[in-house]
Amino acid sequence: MSLVFVGVCSHAPGITGREERAPRELRDELYAGYATMRAALEDTKPDALIVIAAEHFANFFMNNMPSFALGMADQYHGPIEDADWLRVPQRTVKGAADLSRRIISAIMQTVDVSYCEEWKFDHGIMVPLHFLDPGNKLPVIPANINCQGPPLTPLHRAWAFGDAIRRAADTVPERIALVGTGGISHWPATPDSGRINEAWDREFLDKWSRNDRDAMLAYKDTEIYRNAGQGGFEIRTFISAAAAARGRGNVICYTPIPIYAVGCTTATMEIV
Amino acid sequence: MSLYQLSKLMFDLNRDNAVKEAFRADPRQVIVKYDLDDEERRAIMDPDIGLLYVLGVNGQLLMHYAALLGIEWSDYLQRMRDGVKMHGPVRAGIYTMTTSPDEKVAG
Ligand SMILES: [Fe+2]
Repeated sequence: MSLVFVGVCSHAPGITGREERAPRELRDELYAGYATMRAALEDTKPDALIVIAAEHFANFFMNNMPSFALGMADQYHGPIEDADWLRVPQRTVKGAADLSRRIISAIMQTVDVSYCEEWKFDHGIMVPLHFLDPGNKLPVIPANINCQGPPLTPLHRAWAFGDAIRRAADTVPERIALVGTGGISHWPATPDSGRINEAWDREFLDKWSRNDRDAMLAYKDTEIYRNAGQGGFEIRTFISAAAAARGRGNVICYTPIPIYAVGCTTATMEIV
Repeated sequence: MSLYQLSKLMFDLNRDNAVKEAFRADPRQVIVKYDLDDEERRAIMDPDIGLLYVLGVNGQLLMHYAALLGIEWSDYLQRMRDGVKMHGPVRAGIYTMTTSPDEKVAG
């Protein structure tokens, strides 16, 4: 077994870009949550980190939108956003093309995934990396689930994607870490930014923590849109992570911070 | 109505430095490559963040575009609210407003 770490976290651009506008204690709680997650990640001594992201038009567009994609390059660049706005410095991130190729081939046994020899990172990957790999040391393999341009892949396919990543990771000798990143309920990039449905989030996190597959897959996109906003579609990344880990989740922090536009979450999940 | 083309222009502007530079040098030369109607052309050229929002540009594209233009966060949110006040509800897409134009949730 070579999947050694699974976690999930938020990636909202306000977490870095509007850092000082949140109440100090909430900001500190969240930043401590990322630090705890980073320590747990480092403890597992991964050879590479797969980030399952829900990108925001850094690479994929409605001219040719893949439901699922994986990077297959030796390096990546990001963030695409204005560096002063996001307040995350530009970096070139090491990839792992050969490992990517083996993982992609194994995933393809069950899920048709697009592979990409070019990939630019947006806040969806850069904010997590900023906290989880501040030294820019880890080779990264980006993965993406389309959560932006409907029609969106059904939740049960997000589960299948996570399951395929798990089986693929288990076929390679390298130690693989996996981080899913998305919001739970949020209404980002609208005037409603800051609206957070805490009750809905806590209920989702409870299902996620119990790794209750049927409960997670019972959500419908119409209901997600109504109660959790368009940002809620990103629960696909959490569902994939759960499918890969197969164990129980441990929520390190869940802190609704309106100026960051999301219930800020960091969590790890037991691999079984 | 060519929301797809308008969105494509913003996608290219947000992610491609060559397009960004060409747009800064002469926006007209860039936008002629996209099949836009007059209202869309005006929204981009002004730039009218509120109108772009109402036209239904995906919020993530618009957020990155506003950042590219150096528009401060609270100002960006206010411009979207003002856009809805002036032009009516968001006409397409999944980034509609659920609050009232006079309400401020955060920022
Ligand atoms: Fe996102």
